[in-house]
Amino acid sequence: MKKIFAGLLAVAFGIVLLIGISLNTGLFGYNDSLPEDGAASHYISKDVNGKTDEVVFGETTGAETGSANMVTSVIANYRSFDTLGEVTVLFLAALGVSLLAGTMDKGRKRSGSGFILRTSARILFPLMLVTGIYIFTHGHLTPGGGFPGGSMIASSFLLLYLADESFRANVKGFKVAEGLAGTLYVAIGIVGLLAAGYFLVNFLPTGTVGNLLSAGIIPVVYVIIGLKVGSEITGIVADMFNEEVKA
Amino acid sequence: MNWFDILEAGISVFLVVFALTAVISRKLLTSIIFLSALSMTAVAGFALLSAPDVAVTEAVIGSGLVTFIFVASIRNLRKAGDGL
Repeated sequence: MKKIFAGLLAVAFGIVLLIGISLNTGLFGYNDSLPEDGAASHYISKDVNGKTDEVVFGETTGAETGSANMVTSVIANYRSFDTLGEVTVLFLAALGVSLLAGTMDKGRKRSGSGFILRTSARILFPLMLVTGIYIFTHGHLTPGGGFPGGSMIASSFLLLYLADESFRANVKGFKVAEGLAGTLYVAIGIVGLLAAGYFLVNFLPTGTVGNLLSAGIIPVVYVIIGLKVGSEITGIVADMFNEEVKA
Repeated sequence: MNWFDILEAGISVFLVVFALTAVISRKLLTSIIFLSALSMTAVAGFALLSAPDVAVTEAVIGSGLVTFIFVASIRNLRKAGDGL
């Protein structure tokens, strides 16, 4: 009975997906019926770059956020306080995993891995690490940002854990990096509060749209978020392997 | 219907099939692997709907880390002797 109900639920969900996505009925996607004076409508129709003329990649200067990626300008500029809360939620989740995994008995021997996994991990690990770093340093230019980039760094460490049974991540170092990154995020916010009057305001010059060093504090904040998320999730991975080093 | 719509419809069908298999399968490990496959199919869907950032996040978290956390939890619980 339970399984039939679950199956029916999955089928109904699939039908909604089919109707909504494939046939474009307006269930998903762009909606014309947004209220004109609503906040969402304001943010969707707002020119992120603060100018009426067209934004040219690599030429426009003095834009409002200076970020070429509209999602990033919302996440790391307009709604940066929200992102601070999100990072805190992730920290609490990592803390919970730490507390739970800490009660389990340690010292279980990991099983060895095969030749293919060991060899391919040696090739894939640097590629994944550099891709993760690329994703969060270019968060204001290309799709992506601190959260996917940090998670990618963590999965590269997961690959090392899976490939080499004697590998131990430097958990203590990751904890220090995570705490430092969190403190720096709040410090940037307080500097903004002192310099321009608002917490986490974009107080640096925004530069030219499309340059790596542009968009004010957005790349700084995203690098901090990337490091924080990466070290936190790597800590979770290390905890799940039951092999946390003693602090 | 052009090929793009057909591809999207195919992905939707695969999403349903993987979701059903994850629910119906008897072993927990099989469910987890099918959830991972579901995530990978969703990645293709997100990429088709021109949301590359969501696709990257889903690929890394939904298909990689969540699968690992489920599998590790099952192994730890098995070791604790709950008879899963």
